[in-house]
Amino acid sequence: MESPVLKIDSFCAFFSENQVLQNVNMEVRHNKVTALMGPSGCGKTTLLRCVNRMHELVPDATVSGSMHLHDDDLYKMNPIMVRKKIGMVFQRPNPFPTMSIYDNVIAGYKLNGIRISRTERDRIVEESLRGSALWDEVKDRLHKKGTFLSGGQQQRLCIARALAMKPDILLMDEPTSALDPKATAHIEKLITELKDSVTILLVTHNIAQAGRVSDYTAFLYLGDLVEFGTTDKLFTVPDDKRTEEYLSGKFG
Amino acid sequence: MDATVRFRLFKDYLFKLMVVLFACIMLVPLLLILFYIVKNGIAVINWEFLTSLPKPMGELGGGIANAIVGTTMLIIVASVIAVPVGIAAGIYLSENRVGRLPGAVRLCMEILQGVPSIVIGIIAYIWIVISMGTFSALSGGAALAIMMLPVIVRATEETLKLIPENLREASLALGVPYSRTVLKVIMPAGITGILTGILLGVARIAGETAPLLFTAFGSPFMNLNIFKPVDSLPLLVFNYATSPYPEWHAMAWGASFVLVVFVLGINFFAKVIAKKWKVRF
Ligand SMILES: Nc1ncnc2c1ncn2[C@@H]1O[C@H](COP(=O)(O)OP(=O)(O)O)[C@@H](O)[C@H]1O
Ligand SMILES: [Mg+2]
Repeated sequence: MESPVLKIDSFCAFFSENQVLQNVNMEVRHNKVTALMGPSGCGKTTLLRCVNRMHELVPDATVSGSMHLHDDDLYKMNPIMVRKKIGMVFQRPNPFPTMSIYDNVIAGYKLNGIRISRTERDRIVEESLRGSALWDEVKDRLHKKGTFLSGGQQQRLCIARALAMKPDILLMDEPTSALDPKATAHIEKLITELKDSVTILLVTHNIAQAGRVSDYTAFLYLGDLVEFGTTDKLFTVPDDKRTEEYLSGKFG
Repeated sequence: MDATVRFRLFKDYLFKLMVVLFACIMLVPLLLILFYIVKNGIAVINWEFLTSLPKPMGELGGGIANAIVGTTMLIIVASVIAVPVGIAAGIYLSENRVGRLPGAVRLCMEILQGVPSIVIGIIAYIWIVISMGTFSALSGGAALAIMMLPVIVRATEETLKLIPENLREASLALGVPYSRTVLKVIMPAGITGILTGILLGVARIAGETAPLLFTAFGSPFMNLNIFKPVDSLPLLVFNYATSPYPEWHAMAWGASFVLVVFVLGINFFAKVIAKKWKVRF
């Protein structure tokens, strides 16, 4: 089996004294969707934000353990470099309100002052918008503001913005929880299409969603990684009693 | 309908009437001021009045070009000093909501806002006029900058505080360094609020007289040198209105008219900007 894209070892996270992740061990495989599921408050967002080092932006937030992106120790790299390699899509769509659709997609280059030729830029924008299945809807109004799109379109714009940076991993934090069912279905379909070319770590508190779109699933409960395995196995013959109870809707 | 209910309805009606009445009374002072200024000022306004210098006492004609240019210079000097400092301080305060230094800066701004303008004039006199040995546009502009500062700091802080946190995160998650995130994402999202704050600051200082009495001092000559005394519209109004000559009184009304039109124009412009460039999140 080829080596994982992301390897998380004995990882713990704290908000000052409050430990919210205990000894998490898991890995994320190349061009697969790995789902992180668990009830609200169990630490899913925290774990995700540790991967791109956003966790440390909270005052007094600390971590222990290690995370490796391929062979690089994420916690020995500069956080800015980490975030350029690891894309993130947030719970609420957050396009830049002052920028056009085009500029939103290319924002990772523009804001970082990375110079690229015009044709290259056009190509990245089109490719990313096609990648997030938004191209056909916006190709005639690329220079309109991104905030005039619908919620689902805004979220796909944010996915395009992350894809434009050609990330090694795309982190998604409950990307559909602020969207209506139709937009949710659209994004789920997009996720399954994206995994041909992108490695995805997806947080969801929706069991069915994890079942539908993921190849691997991790079940987090009260800061513990209870179980991690292929989605097929975890959903049919879970090892842990708590996983079984969670899947049958006993809590969460 | 029995009598008590009708009486209550009547009281209710009376109450509404009173509220409207007092609201209308509020409009009276402004309308009176505008009426007087327009009535007395508009007669002297003409091209010569706006573009020529004052004539010596006894000669007819003359204008207030020196004061218009002087006020413009004072506003530019004050803005050049206050805008960068004010925006920087506002960014600092919105990024650091709690702590000792932010608390101290906030307190200073509040106190500064309450310091009488004449006192600020004295400070500028002691620091700049005395040490440079001359009244100057620079010292007047510095005094006005101190008056403008709290307005800009407050506007910047309040505007940036309202920018959703998830915008900052969107930028940081793309690997954009903090400084660029603030300058290229947060600031542009708040630009209308900041611009409005600057304009309101300008409107506030445009009519200040006291801090200029012993800094800019006033001058009947056309002067473009910031190290020399300059006239300003409110100073000119003050000097002419307190003189015994009716011709000068008329010119004071004319200068008041120009000043009021300018200040109202700025306020109007600020409203237009706030509406037109409103950023949708
Ligand atoms: N900024 C924060 N400061 C302090 N505690 C936090 C912060 N964010 C989250 N927490 C705590 O960390 C725990 C895990 O939260 P989170 O990772 O957001 O859970 P989830 O995403 O699974 O709902 C919760 O108990 C929450 O109270
Ligand atoms: Mg969460």
